[in-house]
Amino acid sequence: MIEPLLRVRNLRVVFPHRHGELVPIDDISFDVKRGEILGFVGESGAGKSMTGAAIINLIDPPGYIENGEIWLEDERIDQLDARAANRVRGKRISMVFQDPLTSLNPLRTIGDQLVETILVHLPISPEEARRKARKGLEEVGIDPARIDAYPHEFSGGMRQRVVIALALSAEPELIIADEPTTALDVSVQAQVLELLKKLCREHGASVILITHDMGVIAETTDRVAVLYAGRLAEIGTTAEVLNSPQHPYTRGLIASTPSVEHGDIGTHLFQIEGAMPRLDALPSGCAFHPRCEYADRRCAESRPDLLQERVACWQYADG
Amino acid sequence: MNGERGAWQRFLASDFFYDFKRSPVTLVSFVIVVTLILLAILADLVAPTNPFDPASLNLMNGFTPPMEPNAFTGETFLFGTDDQGRDLLSAIIYGLRVSLFVGLTAVILAMVLGVSLGLLAGYRGGWIDSLIMRIADIQMTFPSILIAVLIFGVARGLLPPDLRDELAISVLIIAIGLSEWVPFARTVRGTTMVEKEKEYVQAARLIGLGSGQIMLRHILPNVLSPVLVIATITLALAIIAEATLSFLGVGAPPTEPSLGTLIRIGQDFLFSGEWWILLFPSVTLLALALSVNLLGDWLRDTLNPRLK
Amino acid sequence: MLFIIARRLLQAFVVLLLVALVAFTIFRFIGDPVESLLGQEATVADRQALIDRMGLNDPIPVQYLRFVGNAIRGDFGISYRTAEPVSALIAERLPATLELAFVSALFAIALGTLLGIYTAIFRHGFTAHAIMSSSLIGVSLPTFLIGVLLIWLFAVELGWLPSFGRGETVQIGFWSTGFLTASGLKSLILPAITLGLYQMTLIMRLVRAEMLEILRQDFIRFARARGLPERMVYFGHALKNTMVPVITVAGLQLGAIIAFAIITETVFQWPGVGLMFINAVFFVDIPVMSAYLLLVGTVFVVINLIVDLLYLVIDPRLRDGQLKRQTV
Repeated sequence: MIEPLLRVRNLRVVFPHRHGELVPIDDISFDVKRGEILGFVGESGAGKSMTGAAIINLIDPPGYIENGEIWLEDERIDQLDARAANRVRGKRISMVFQDPLTSLNPLRTIGDQLVETILVHLPISPEEARRKARKGLEEVGIDPARIDAYPHEFSGGMRQRVVIALALSAEPELIIADEPTTALDVSVQAQVLELLKKLCREHGASVILITHDMGVIAETTDRVAVLYAGRLAEIGTTAEVLNSPQHPYTRGLIASTPSVEHGDIGTHLFQIEGAMPRLDALPSGCAFHPRCEYADRRCAESRPDLLQERVACWQYADG
Repeated sequence: MNGERGAWQRFLASDFFYDFKRSPVTLVSFVIVVTLILLAILADLVAPTNPFDPASLNLMNGFTPPMEPNAFTGETFLFGTDDQGRDLLSAIIYGLRVSLFVGLTAVILAMVLGVSLGLLAGYRGGWIDSLIMRIADIQMTFPSILIAVLIFGVARGLLPPDLRDELAISVLIIAIGLSEWVPFARTVRGTTMVEKEKEYVQAARLIGLGSGQIMLRHILPNVLSPVLVIATITLALAIIAEATLSFLGVGAPPTEPSLGTLIRIGQDFLFSGEWWILLFPSVTLLALALSVNLLGDWLRDTLNPRLK
Repeated sequence: MLFIIARRLLQAFVVLLLVALVAFTIFRFIGDPVESLLGQEATVADRQALIDRMGLNDPIPVQYLRFVGNAIRGDFGISYRTAEPVSALIAERLPATLELAFVSALFAIALGTLLGIYTAIFRHGFTAHAIMSSSLIGVSLPTFLIGVLLIWLFAVELGWLPSFGRGETVQIGFWSTGFLTASGLKSLILPAITLGLYQMTLIMRLVRAEMLEILRQDFIRFARARGLPERMVYFGHALKNTMVPVITVAGLQLGAIIAFAIITETVFQWPGVGLMFINAVFFVDIPVMSAYLLLVGTVFVVINLIVDLLYLVIDPRLRDGQLKRQTV
């Protein structure tokens, strides 16, 4: 079996708080294989973005990784000092954020920001870096002649392409894309996703795609992890999870996603009763049990582990 | 009737008073300001001597250090005396009176002017609004101390020379008042523009109330708390402006010295070792300006978090 | 772009004309110019001659235009007090004020920016907290007290630095400079600190606040995610964006420094135009007051203009007219 590119084991992130601590991520484990696209799906606050931030070592203080390990091949990357972290960030793992309007420094040209990133990570001359920057722009479908333009001269979709070029500029092995299309017009979302998918395949980079949109998951990812209240609810290949979801929460999520093919438009969509608990008021046992129609006493009392590397649910354990 | 008492008890139970009790810095500032104001009002009663009465001065008492008996007369002065044997404590108490009087009247002038112009600009709009606000903009470009000195100079030029010292205090008040009206006008204008669109004002207009009545009865009450905050902060500015002008020699005359004048006099004795003539007026000024400033900050945070 | 510049130039010109109008009003209508120049004992014939020579009977708009024309040529009339041309007085004293203002501004901007960056980056550190708290005291102290305090400490108690005047100056053409002698430089230190301290704390607080705001932005997070070292994040990305609002305030403060010089120059008996102005106010020397107003007004308007134009250079979005600068 091939060694996975990224291994996350028992990750737990803690934010100290006036009354004790908040735990936005609790005991999450997963692998990312080379070249695959792993989707993270869940509601806002489920811990998707925080997991991405933890991998790239960018959790905002006072939060910190309290427990767990993150391995990039055979290097442990969750305890690096600032200098070593910068060697990984951008170079081996890079990130694409949600809002392309605010991800770029408005006062510097896009070429400037590309060249700067390339020079930090690759041992090449400024002239070569600029050549590489132009090539990067061409790859994402932007006229390289516009290398000296400022971010505000591009539309939202074009800016997200610039951001993708930036993320790819040092040829990383893993890209974490945090809701990369949420802020874009619906009409360009698919283009940008397709571009991301294509480029990663060409460069052989793996992707962690963070989204709240089951449709995006279905179209883009190889495997998917469902997060709920900072915990992993279910993980598996996209086909498995979508066709036979095991966790009641996943089932709810899928049922509440509109699907054009099934003619759901205009019909009443399924809703999961209640709301995801706040981090300072997590229920005992399985965090989903107050909203789960199958919940019994055990669900309220103790927390289910991830069973058979697939789903964390007592009901599944019982078959 | 228990209306009075009820109001007082409601005040004691209010958030406002609770906040006040909770902040030791505010309490201390408040005590300092009240003490200094009382001293200024009761100057004739509390000051050991009247520094403006030549009969009470004894040149032999000149340059007596604080808390030490004078070599010739054996008299002791808490803060010492100046070159003319004037008791410094008394001079400070009377100087405080001048400083506070000028500061308070200047703020009242600035407030009346600023609130009126602000109401007018906000309520009428149009070219009156543009005119008032353009003047405000241009005036705000220049530091208010410069405006105050300039107004002081112009006023002196308008007065016949023999009246210049006599009216110096009034001129000072006008100069400082005219240099500080802009913040009042801007705030009041903003609130007025919002309020005049509200339904109750429209209703008042429909039942035939005049503009003056609407402004006075309906709009003015809405701007009171920000105006109070600005007034307090402006008071600190006005006290410092007065001290600065008097220190520069273009403020209170030597016959009616304010704290700034006393500091100006004290500076002359810095090199000859009579430090107390400079120190005590300076400390008094600092305590006054700083306390008023802190009270203003607290009022702003409590009454009007938006201004922060 | 050209349109924006043209409009700003026009605005500046109108404001200058307004300032000139105020200066002219003071010059012409405060006091009696004829009596001030000739004294009360002058004969009617003398008075009439002067009135004719000064054109005081011409229509007011004509007098105003002549006043502006004269001012442009550097003619501000005759001082009532010293009977010298006001322009000569100003020329003699302007170098002192400009050198003082220059050093103060340099001190305020350099130290203010450095401390602002420092307190923003190490905002939880003890030193940063100490700097912030002491800056509060700096803001509440009146300028003249700071000057007096510095004189007491460094001139009287320690005897290190002179307490008044410019020290020895060197005459280079019309310009007298204190930069070239040891005593001239030593004399500059205390007044420059006094004059610049308030602006320094202001700039420091502004830089800190702006920097903290910028550091919260997404593009800073993205710059970190791209693996840029902290140094590049702070200086390559955060600082440049911080400087946009700082330039406005720093620019406007530069004007304020020249105006506030009247206080510092009085405390240190610094022979500049500020001290000249205060003396003019005291002795009701109207032409000098009016000329000073014109001078300071021009400085303010020009600085405002430069600040606006600098904006266009720094922020590409403004060049394209996408954003309007917020008036501060």
